[in-house]
Order: sequence, then structure tokens, then C-alpha cells
Amino acid sequence: MILIPCPWCGPRDAGEFHYSGETTPRPDATSATPAQWRDYLYFPANPRGEVTETWYHRMGCRQFFVLQRDTDTNESIPPGRPQ
Amino acid sequence: MSGARRPGPMRLGPQPGEEIDRKRPFTFRWNGDSVPAFDGDTIASALAASGLRVFSRSYKYHRPRGLLTANFHDPGCFFQVGDEPNVRGAHRLAEPAMDVRAQNTWPSLGFDVKAVNQLAGRFLGPGFYYKTFIKPQRLWPLYERVLQRFVHAGQVSPDTPRTAVDKRFAHPDVLVAGGGPAGMATAVAAAQAGARVMLVEEEYRLGGHLRWGGEADLAALAELRDQVAATPGIEVLTNAVVAGRYDGNWTAVVRRDLPGGAEQLIKARAKVLVVAPGLIERPYVFAGNDVPGVMLSTAVRRLIRLHAVKPGERAVVLTANADGDAAVADLVQAGVDVARVLDARAGQGIVRVRGHGVGQHWGVRAVEAADGTTTECDLLVTATGWTAPAALLSMAGDRPAYDPRAARFFPRHLPDDVLATGGIAGDGSHEELIAHAGAVGREAARRAARIRRERQAAVPTRAQANGAERSGDDAGPTAIPELPVDAHPELFRASTHGIVDFCEDVSSKDIFSAVREGYDSIELAKRYTTATMGPTQGKIELVNAIAAAAEATGQSIGETGTTTWRPPYAPVTLGALAGRPLEPVRYSPMQPWHEAHHARPLIAGAWIRPDHYGDPAAEVRNVRSKVGIIDVTPIGKLDLRGPDVPRLLNLVYVNKWSKLGLGRVRYGVMCAEDGVVFDDGVTGRLGPEHYLMSTTSSGAAAVWEWLENVLQTMHPDWAVHVTPVTTAYASMNVAGPASRDLLLRVTEGVDLANETFGYMEVRTGRIAGVDGCVLWRIGFTGELSYELHVPAGYGLHVWETLMDRGADLGVAPFGVEAQRILRLEKGHLIVGQDTDGLTRGFSAGLDWAIKLDKDDFLGKPELAWQHDAAPGMQLVGLQPEDGSVVPPEASQIVDGPRIAGRITSSRMSPTLGRSICLGQVSASLAAPGTLVTVRLPGGRLIGARVTEHLAHVDPEGSRMRV
Repeated sequence: MILIPCPWCGPRDAGEFHYSGETTPRPDATSATPAQWRDYLYFPANPRGEVTETWYHRMGCRQFFVLQRDTDTNESIPPGRPQ
Repeated sequence: MSGARRPGPMRLGPQPGEEIDRKRPFTFRWNGDSVPAFDGDTIASALAASGLRVFSRSYKYHRPRGLLTANFHDPGCFFQVGDEPNVRGAHRLAEPAMDVRAQNTWPSLGFDVKAVNQLAGRFLGPGFYYKTFIKPQRLWPLYERVLQRFVHAGQVSPDTPRTAVDKRFAHPDVLVAGGGPAGMATAVAAAQAGARVMLVEEEYRLGGHLRWGGEADLAALAELRDQVAATPGIEVLTNAVVAGRYDGNWTAVVRRDLPGGAEQLIKARAKVLVVAPGLIERPYVFAGNDVPGVMLSTAVRRLIRLHAVKPGERAVVLTANADGDAAVADLVQAGVDVARVLDARAGQGIVRVRGHGVGQHWGVRAVEAADGTTTECDLLVTATGWTAPAALLSMAGDRPAYDPRAARFFPRHLPDDVLATGGIAGDGSHEELIAHAGAVGREAARRAARIRRERQAAVPTRAQANGAERSGDDAGPTAIPELPVDAHPELFRASTHGIVDFCEDVSSKDIFSAVREGYDSIELAKRYTTATMGPTQGKIELVNAIAAAAEATGQSIGETGTTTWRPPYAPVTLGALAGRPLEPVRYSPMQPWHEAHHARPLIAGAWIRPDHYGDPAAEVRNVRSKVGIIDVTPIGKLDLRGPDVPRLLNLVYVNKWSKLGLGRVRYGVMCAEDGVVFDDGVTGRLGPEHYLMSTTSSGAAAVWEWLENVLQTMHPDWAVHVTPVTTAYASMNVAGPASRDLLLRVTEGVDLANETFGYMEVRTGRIAGVDGCVLWRIGFTGELSYELHVPAGYGLHVWETLMDRGADLGVAPFGVEAQRILRLEKGHLIVGQDTDGLTRGFSAGLDWAIKLDKDDFLGKPELAWQHDAAPGMQLVGLQPEDGSVVPPEASQIVDGPRIAGRITSSRMSPTLGRSICLGQVSASLAAPGTLVTVRLPGGRLIGARVTEHLAHVDPEGSRMRV
């Protein structure tokens, strides 16, 4: 499986992680319209190329982190903390 | 034993470099007859030594077939060995008393009734199954039975004892795929440069084509083998294959050298992969090219040199390269009468082969050359070209490029962590190839070291240690010499049509047909004809198929392109992929007591829980009248500490949590961001900044991750610490009118009076002498009850104490089934049972809990919209009019022709003596007193009435509050 670079544990097999979805900004729950809210819930951008996503190191340090990954080559740009 | 047995008539005298041991003769059985062999013979070489030539029948037309390539990929040599089907007979070593049989023939190899397919050949063209056996549909079962008789492959016995072979993980610095001269030189160079090397070779011994070469080759072979043995750091795997390469050089290596045909899967994360598979010799396409006695030059040289077998008596050789020329010399030396040598480089060629003989004596009789002459012989040897086994390169993302001058494909663009060497990269003298391989090995080791440094640098705790390593000894990329590329005539097909895919019985004519029918891209032609889709997976037939398609479309081979090689490179047994099933289970500390008391086990996720102890209805009655205890250890428990815990609870639960007093407990429901109910439980406050949250058993891990997600990604500014304590506590629920009486006997430090310790409150204290226990007064069962959380190591002790001290009170255990009945009597929902993946809060009977006047909480937007919209499905209590009928759960509730809901929970109630249910119904039917129609499986319709409350027993809940 692909290697995911955990910022604390280094590159580990993807099976150790739980994919938490694309990191898209959460709309303001008090003012979002149903269309905006459901777009946030159900329609990820799913691009070919660079994507920003959140991973959870379930079988390791149990930290959430944000990663930039190229969906074409599966190479990841070194990660940062979640926003 | 069988030492006196004479060797077969085609066995030669000792050959330099032979791999048989003449001091160890034995016999095995072939279709019931005894066949002599030597240790080191393959099944096919021993059969060939005995003068046999017909080994199988082809897939579709059942044409007799014999040796073609004499290696793993030989399409004519699939045998049944004992209870193992599809054994590669030209690779598998013969063993004493082995029972070998032909496959896919009936009644025998010699006389095969299914050969009648040949007569129907006209109707069995490519894709015939798309056009036949379709109508009438009612005959499909018959068609299936008939077609099954004609299906290829051997037999599997269900009684074969199963062995589980553990998978292995490996982390070589350099993985070398291929153990020929280039592979060996690469491995040695990489290991000498400090890399940990894994060298994988498909055959039983290292050496590749050197093994059947001349004197110089054998000397070079010995030298390389010695070097490999003498260099530390090389793990050699023979009779193993690199079956696949995935992202990040995650590779599958399959070992085939286990007894009984078992295989082991090694998952290897290699830093650098070196692809050194050599070249695979390609057959020539012409009429009669599958007649037994037509062989490739490498097949003939292997038979003579490795196994001392004379491949025939009188031969014609078609040669286009140096290996073909060497085969001529080997044949002469073996005493074969080489009647004619046709040199394709000089423009000579063949037209067809004629066969003769019946059944298992079918074989080559004569060869018609392109100049019109006919030569009688029993052996035709072809050396018409080489195919690059580009599978691993393809899997690394490469699209190999065709070079018409060399008549083969070459690597084009490889990622940084994959290198290629040996015949697949170019030609040249032995010295040039070894020099190239050595440079590749050093470069592979250099890149592997760099990758190791990069990975270690990515681990913050190793940053200090890294200082020294970063300076490293990276002197820059190794210079890798260019390899020359020899010219080779493009020879794919003679002037006649012949077999392209031997496994699938696809001829060049079939490919022309496919193109004519419109399947004119190589991808379409492949799928339509099934060429390259058989057991050889394209290794010996892909380029001929491409050449045929190119010819038929009028394009060049380069323009036609290739199909995609996908893993596995070679077939892998399901046993290797399965490995050993590892299914961890979880038991509570009270498990020994449950087993001793004949609990029926229930599998609940990874947990094994007691379902009941023999009579669930009696257990229910005992809880309602006396006192019962249930083991609820799997319940999720999360310890929450910090000043911001109430903010967290307010965010994740739909109700309000700011004012939960010390010692108080509240029930909470969690919804996901789409408003769907995803967990429920009770949370109690044990201290000013200390709370204990409980979740459903199946949601324990999910809720923990959910809370961490909220705290880490949404509110890293909140001061909350979460510790999962699900397995730190053994949990048991003491329920029934006598539960307080029982607890009074074993509890210290807690005032159990109703006035001081009321319903929905929590305390800590000492139970049965154990400190640190948590006592909750909550009521899933609807009776006075206390849920005890005991430090897990003492769980069994506390349980046994309660059972012992409560004997006179009538204490008895109750299991999950009884608990389900008890909670159903009380109308308490179970998330995931009475709700599903679409049930949002207001459809789960939770209106009272959802506080839309709170600030943002998870699920609020969707719940607010659900609240404002017209009411949807509702959770209601139902009682069938006929109380003796217990509708199966998921029975549909129908309103005329329309589905209006379903029964979600359903049991016979021992307390009421009648059936009781919960169900989801559309709003129009949800009013109490409504009569709804339930459709039982099988079609019978019954009536059921919506109850006033969800609870069927004690709706006011007075029994819990005493």
C-alpha cells in the first residue's frame, strides 16, 4: 500500500491510518443553506492532481494531520498540523 | 529400489552442467504407468526421456500438445499431480511415487472425445460464446452442465488437508527480480556497497541462461554463484517469483518451494527494485506450430544440457540469432540428425509443419520450407526472437517502447526507485552485461541509502541522530555504461496462419477475424479473442498477438502498442494470499464463569458475549421479579478530563450539558453532520473536571475517534483529555427489585438509599473489597438497577462475590438476548437496530432530547431542517393484534401497494405474554391507536396497533426510580 508520511512517526503503510476525507472548510452551521451544507457533506472535489486531505494515524500515534497528496503519483508533500 | 530400472530411450550420457543426479533414480506414475526419472528431472523432462511427446490437450480444440518452451511457462505441460491441479510440469521436479495425470481429456489422453470440438471449429471462432448458447434462456442450466464438461483445468478435492502458511514482511534495501547473470552481478555489487539485498529467481537455481550454455558460460556461472554465496547481505530465494509491484515499491514475492504445492506470500517494502528478468523466447506463428515436436531453441538446449534428454531423432532448425546457432551445435553433440538448418537472416523460412500419428503418437512428420522443399523430421526447432518480460516495468508506470531494429520492447521511463539491467535493458558481451549490472547494483545501493536517510529524516525523534547521517557519503550518481542493442530480424508469422496463444487456442486467423469484426485496437482484440488471457498471461504470446493485430490493421507494432501488464505476474495460489486467518477475539474477565455456566456464545464484533444461559424468558422474568446480573464489559467507556469537557459534550450530543452537577448522569445522543443518529449512551460527572462517557459496544472505537477528530481538528484550543477505558473496566449491570438489597451486602463507602443515590446518578466506592469502582444508577432494563464498573483485573472476583452473596435473593445471570427483550419491553431504542444509516434524530423518537436552541452542535443544521420539514418516518411501539404472532424483524409495514415502514425490533414478551415491537412508520400512520398492516415474509398480512408510548411495560418508568 502507499506510504503516508505521519509527521510524528515518519512514513508508514497506509493500512495503519484511517482516511478522514478532503480537508474542506466547514461552512458556518448557523448561516449555511441546505445546498451549501450538503455540498460540504457529499461532494468532495476529488481532483486529479494535488489534494489536501486529513488522515488519522489509528494504529500509531493517534494524531490527526493534514496532508497534500498527488492523486496521480501518490506522492505526498510533507504534512502539517490540522487546521 | 528402482535402481535397476533402465533410463528412458531418449536419455543421453552425462552432460557438463546437467542438473540431474544419476545416482538417485526413482519412478513415478504417468496416467497409471510407471516412468523412470532421476533426482533433478522435471516431470516433463522425465516423460520426454521416456520417449513420450504428447502431454496434454489444448483448451478449446483439444489438439494434442507437447513440450514447447520446457520451462514454467510451457503451455503444453499442465498436469494433475495427486490432488493438485494445473501443475507446471516442465518446471515441477518429479518425486518418487508421484501420481501425475493429464488434464482436460476424456476418457484418456490418447483418445479424447472432446476433440470433436475441432470439427465444430468453424462455429467455435473467437467470441463464440457471445453468439451462441444464449437462446432459449430456459436451457441455460443445460448449457452450463455441458460447457462445464469442456472446461479446462484439473480437479480439486475438498478433502485435501489445509495448511495455512503465514505471510512474511520484509524490508530489503534492494530487491532484485531475476537471478540470471545480470541479477547475480547486481546483487553482489549492491551488497558490497552496503545494501541489504533480496535476490528472487523463478527457477530452482541461480544462473539463468548460463546454466545451459557452453564451457565459458558454465565457468562464468560458477564464478557468479561463488560470489553470491561469498557476499554477505544477500538473501537468495529460488523457486520464487516477484508477482507484483505497487506504489512505493510495495512488492509481492511468492515462494513456491513449500511442500505439497503450498506457496508463501512475502510482502516486501523494497527501497529500490532492480528488474533483471532476462528475455523470454518467442514462438513462431505458422500452420502446425503447435504439433508436438515443435520446440524453441531454449527448450531444446535445456532438455539436452540440464536434463540429458534427446529432444528428437531428426531435426530441422529455423534460426535467426546466435542462440539458434548454438542450439544446432547442441543438437549435433547430442547425436540428433540435423537434417536442415534454415537461416532467417539469409531470408530462408518455413511455411508449415505436417504431423502424423494418432492420439498420443501425434507429432511432427515433415517441415515445408519457404523455398518449396520438404524435409522429413520429428523435431522442428525455432529461434525467431525474444520478448522482454516488461510486467514489472509496466507496474512501475513505464510504457515500454518498441524498437523495430531489435524487434523487441525496451524500458522507456522508470521512476527513481526502479532500475533495469540484463537482457531487458540491452545486449552485449557477457563482460558488458556484467559491467552494466554491477554499475546498476552500486547505483541501486546508493539510491536505497538515500531513501533510508530521507525516511529517517521524516521522523522527528530521529532528527538528532540524523545530523551525522545527513552528511552522508553520497558522491553522486554512479555512471552506468550504455548497453549495445543487437539487430534482430522481425519474425512473427510465416505465410500461413498458426497458433498465437497456445493456452487459449487463439490463432492469428482469429485475431484477423476480430479486427475484421471491428475489434481493431489491441485492447479490444485481446478481450474479444482472449489472447494473452490464459495461464501464460502473455509472456510467450503477447508480441505475436500485437504483430498479428498490427498486420491486420496495417499499422506498425509501435503504433499498435501493447496491452497493460497487471499483477500478478504469475499465478498465485489462493492459499498464499489468504495466509493464516487471524481473528482476534475479546473476552471479558468473567468469561470463565460464563463458560462454566453453559452460556451460549454470541459473536458481537470482536467480542464473545453470553447470549443466554439456557432460557432467556426465565432470565427476563427473574430480572423483573428478583435480581439478575448481565456482563456488559464491551460497553464503550471514555474517561474525559479538563475544564472544557462540558463544551465538548454540548458539541457532540444533541442535548444540553453545561449544568450537569457532580454525581449526576445524563443520557445523550450523538448525530453525525448529516443529522443521522450514530451513537447513544450515558455520561456522568465524577468530579469537577472529570467525566465518564459510555457509548454503545459497537460504537466504542468510532466514538473515540469522533471525539479525537473534534478535539484535534475543530477545537485544538479546548483543554480536554480523552482516555479510552473500555477494557480497563469490567462492567456488569445488577438489575431487578432486589438489586439494592444485593449491593448493600457488598458495597462500602456509598450510601445506596434512594433519597441519597437517586436515579440517573453516579458514585464511586468499594465493592467486594475492590476500590475505584464506579456505580451508575441507570435503567436500560426498566428495573431498579446499578451498573458497576470494576477495575478489570477484579471483574471475575466481584461477579462471583455477587453471585455468591445474592443466592438467597434469587440472583441469576442474564445474557444479551434477555436484555434485548427487557429493553424492548421498555421501548428503549438500540442505535443501528431501530435506526439505520438514514435515520435522522427526529425519526428516532428523540424529539425530547434535541435542543435546537443550543448553539452549534454536530448535526444541528440537518436536524433543524428536518424539524421544519413535513414529518418523515417515526419510531413507534407496535403490538400485533394477535399476540401470539412475533413478526420477524425487518418485516415490511405496508399501506396498500406502498411500503410505509418496517418492524425494527420484535420479541415475545414474557412479562406481558404477548408479542411486542418497535418499528419505523411513515408519519401518517404514527398516531397512537392506528392499525397498520405488517407483511410477514411469505406474504401473509397481519394487523398491528401503534401503542401510546414506546414502552410496553411501565411507561411511567416508576420501577426504576424506587
